[in-house]
Amino acid sequence: MLAIIDYGVGNLFSLQCSLKKIGVEAVVTSDENIIKAADRIILPGVGAFGDAVNKLHKSGLFELVIEEARNGKPLMGICLGMQMLFEKSYEYGEYEGLGLIEGEIVSLKKEISQEYAVPHMGWNALKFHNGKNEIFKYINEGDCVYFVHSYFGINCEDSLIASAEYGAQITAAVAKGNVYGCQFHPEKSGDVGLKILKAFCEI
Amino acid sequence: MITKRIIPCLDVRNGTVVKGTNFENLNEISSPVELAKFYSDNGADELVFYDITASSDGRKLFTDILRETAENVFIPLTVGGGINTLDDFDRVLKCGADKVSVNSGAIRNPDLIHAAAEKYGDQCVVLSVDVKRVDGQFKVFAKGGRENTGLDALSWIERGVKNGAGEIVVNSIDTDGVKKGFDIEMLKAVCEIVNVPVIASGGAGSKQDFVDLFKTVPGISAGLAASIFHYGEVSVKDLKKTLKENDITVRL
Repeated sequence: MLAIIDYGVGNLFSLQCSLKKIGVEAVVTSDENIIKAADRIILPGVGAFGDAVNKLHKSGLFELVIEEARNGKPLMGICLGMQMLFEKSYEYGEYEGLGLIEGEIVSLKKEISQEYAVPHMGWNALKFHNGKNEIFKYINEGDCVYFVHSYFGINCEDSLIASAEYGAQITAAVAKGNVYGCQFHPEKSGDVGLKILKAFCEI
Repeated sequence: MITKRIIPCLDVRNGTVVKGTNFENLNEISSPVELAKFYSDNGADELVFYDITASSDGRKLFTDILRETAENVFIPLTVGGGINTLDDFDRVLKCGADKVSVNSGAIRNPDLIHAAAEKYGDQCVVLSVDVKRVDGQFKVFAKGGRENTGLDALSWIERGVKNGAGEIVVNSIDTDGVKKGFDIEMLKAVCEIVNVPVIASGGAGSKQDFVDLFKTVPGISAGLAASIFHYGEVSVKDLKKTLKENDITVRL
């Protein structure tokens, strides 16, 4: 069973549907015991970093996610969920993340030329880094996935497994041991996205 | 590089897809869920569902269809039509919408954009604007293009972005349904003043119209159309092939 962590942000309907489509039993939950019993975890998220981290703290799940990840349970952060895996974010202030992936989250607007619209919204091609990660075993370099974000991860070269080009090298996915993160939305990336979720669920 | 998006738009009334010319003489076409799945399988990058029903029965039917679509189609879904309050945002987001487009609702209550962006994030709020030339000026029209609000379209769009709209759909009433190409002049004017993705709507009649759009207005992120796709005059797959042949980056 896969636990989708519910800490009061975002729309989890599509994520649930996409997992159902690939035959994975998933529950949306904030229950500590269910999360502990799950064989893998997805940390979703939309909205602002600070608000999301505060909500994760308030629901008592911040430490639990770190603990489960350190115990070796496969964990995938999606979009803001990926950003929260990082050490720090500078979105509307300065906030501490879960610290499971080295690096920081910074504003796209400050890093790329003005001719690029922000948010980075739409389908962009993946370039693989540090070999081909196992979550990409069913897809190919150059396949497109769907992005929607205004902030992105930097200083994470060791964990970088995929990037996209958008005025700069945009961190698209990271991995460190059993911890994975996707800046894009696999649940909104058609067949390519479903294949990434499937590969994650087979780890 | 980011790809240019092709977005079929489905106007839904009482559970079926309709599309009119210049917003009038609506004809019923097909099952929205089937059509959405067909488009997704054939390369559509995103789908827009416009709810053009006025009754609460029709609204319920619409959210049922939306939910069924979201269960089967895994590309971004934008919902518009009848979005007047945060509760309306909530209603469609819960049924699987990723983005919500506001039009008349934002004209009646300009605070709606800000409130929604704060609650759901900028990326979730799309400002859709029906624009028509009146004495050489771009004016915002409301109520499906029937009523001149008197608002200057460019200032209205600028204000919307400032308030948190993460994307703009520009629908030119002057070119809508005419099938002689997008409103290049209007779209250029909008792209010059905003730095969020801009979607072109109204006027697509052939594959060449999309080539012209992306070639002459490089700032445009996406092209939206309804009837040419619904009636099978142009397939999304063929269109993307043509765009690629013209060195326009698309997802194949």
